[in-house]
Amino acid sequence: MPIKRKPNLSATIALLPTWFVAVVVFIGTMGWSIRLSFTNSTLFPSSTYVGFAQYSKLFSSAKWLASLQNVLIFGVLYVAGCLLLGFLLAAALDRKIRFESAFRTIFLYPYAMSFVVTGLIWQWMLNPTLGIQASVGSLGWESFVLDWVVNRDMAIYALVLAGVWQGAGLVMVIALAGMRGIEAEQWKAARIDGIPVWRIYVSIVLPQLGPALAAAGMLLAMGVIKTYDIVVAMTNGGPGNATEVPAKFIMDNLFGRQNLGLATAGATVLVLGVIIAVAPFRYAMHMRDRAKGPA
Amino acid sequence: MKTMMKLFLAGVAFAGLFASAHAEDKPTIEIMSSWTSGGEAAALNVIKTEFEKRGGVWKDSSIAGFGAADAAFQNRIVAGDAPGAKQGVIGLAAADFVNQGLFNPIDDVAGAGKWADVLPKSIHNLISYDGKVYLAPTGAHGESWVFYSKEAFGKAGIAEEPKSWDEFFADFDKLKAAGIVPVAWGGQPWQQTKVFNMILLSQVGIDGFLKIYVDKDKSQASIDGVKKTLEILGKLRGYVDAGAAGRNWNDATAMLITAKAGVQFMGDWAKGEFTVAGKEPGKDYGCMIVPESKGMVYIADSLWFPKTGNAATDKAQKLLAEVVMDPAVQVEFALKKGSVPMRTDVDKSKLDVCAQKGAELMAAGAIVPDQAIVLTPQQVGALDDFVDEYWSGSSNDATSAAENFFAVFE
Repeated sequence: MPIKRKPNLSATIALLPTWFVAVVVFIGTMGWSIRLSFTNSTLFPSSTYVGFAQYSKLFSSAKWLASLQNVLIFGVLYVAGCLLLGFLLAAALDRKIRFESAFRTIFLYPYAMSFVVTGLIWQWMLNPTLGIQASVGSLGWESFVLDWVVNRDMAIYALVLAGVWQGAGLVMVIALAGMRGIEAEQWKAARIDGIPVWRIYVSIVLPQLGPALAAAGMLLAMGVIKTYDIVVAMTNGGPGNATEVPAKFIMDNLFGRQNLGLATAGATVLVLGVIIAVAPFRYAMHMRDRAKGPA
Repeated sequence: MKTMMKLFLAGVAFAGLFASAHAEDKPTIEIMSSWTSGGEAAALNVIKTEFEKRGGVWKDSSIAGFGAADAAFQNRIVAGDAPGAKQGVIGLAAADFVNQGLFNPIDDVAGAGKWADVLPKSIHNLISYDGKVYLAPTGAHGESWVFYSKEAFGKAGIAEEPKSWDEFFADFDKLKAAGIVPVAWGGQPWQQTKVFNMILLSQVGIDGFLKIYVDKDKSQASIDGVKKTLEILGKLRGYVDAGAAGRNWNDATAMLITAKAGVQFMGDWAKGEFTVAGKEPGKDYGCMIVPESKGMVYIADSLWFPKTGNAATDKAQKLLAEVVMDPAVQVEFALKKGSVPMRTDVDKSKLDVCAQKGAELMAAGAIVPDQAIVLTPQQVGALDDFVDEYWSGSSNDATSAAENFFAVFE
């Protein structure tokens, strides 16, 4: 057990406003939203309770179910893609190449851009009448097809592509910082043993980067839940429901369709989803800390 | 939570009181609109000029994008800081606000101006709630239009406007053969729904259309009408280009302006784009109501007047309502925006050929309301989903889709 320290009065007072904000703003609005999801609110909040009606409506909506499926596909591929590409880029930069800082800037640059800009750029590039397909076609290869953005089956992967292009730089920076922290002695020892470079990265460097990559993965995963702007900029949820995501569903119902009840039900499901996903992880951390005993 | 909200609102109202004490006595109004494109802004400016001429002070808060402006307006209302006027469509979208007592009636202005006599009866009904007039209509848009590029038609050897859908599809084949994209398709759900509606009107007629959307009639005749509509819509898929998904309407119009495409199904606001590009109706491009249609789908814009608790703004709202319904303003506004005046007693000679056709249909009562007028925003969204799912789903099973159509109204 950690040693009990005497509470510091002035520090507690200094933190009061933060506490207030946390309780009123975060928990308060969350409670407010959950309450609304049990009412028949449309444009304005109403206090007529309808039980779980909004939830049953939500889960009988093909659009909502499609959005859940889409965010799952997008999330898994986006996080995995960013981690893989980011790690590979970091490993390449770690080889003491020339102009390293220039490359670092180029790779990190997309991350500094807004998702809206990223989305628009990729929409143009993948649009069959404007982008890559059109330019390759005009060069003579007319059967060349790259129409991901407008293709129902491929649109979600177009989003993944744009997302990975944007997010890989962040992973690269974090992984590179981690690699620079690895002692040179380990490299020397591995060289003397004659281990190939790729093997050193996989078996020695990668395990040590675990915490850094976990942090990067966590940052990316949090971005997945609120995926909205890139979808609006690139496909606006289409074609059909092919790229609809929960955040967009909620925004559409909140404003365009004036359906507060359904929107807040969706938001509540999303929050519950995050809690369910995070809870086992937190529990595992807690158990590990207990197993370790007092620090 | 509730008392906190009240305190907050009181604070806002108090701040507003102070602000108004310093303001001049002139009727000042803040106008929120989404009219930001070239033609739209010019049209709004017509109202502004006349309003200022009559001594009003105009504060513009335009927000690009219909949805964005609506969201901002909703937030301002909830925060107790409503703008003096908001541009919005006539129809059920305003009903919630009126029922909550958030809007000022403009009954005295409407009475003095004899609005009941000069507006089509259906419009007058739509701007009144519980016998009181709340909205000031600015203009109507026809939505059953097909615009075509005369240059493209010439290249494809099409001499005259098609009279039936069969002739129309034959013309599309000719355009295709000439290497022109037959239909410049705007691939956003709301645009697709408009095409669905104009085809529906051509298939079921005015009474059938009203039966479906107003009476929510599920008889076999209605289902058959929807089925025939979906079949035509499905056939259109073969005549659009690969980049259609998600395309903006004005980008589609640009394809006609450059003669890359033959026709576009769109509301008459598309004329604004042609005008900006220096193209003339009847000469460079043609306009016709969709084949086999006996009437026109219309949507109407209006100004909404939220309660602000400020006497100067109330005065300004009344002045603005008068200005908007002024016959000269109505015509000038319609010319700039590409719309049709709401008043039936205006001088139509100034309007272009397309608007004259529209005004004729309007005066003859051969019009049916757009879904935004007769459906709630939720139902409108469900309808968009339905049409979009059919269009992009590549399913040709119009029969089963037609059976599902009526779920839109639930």
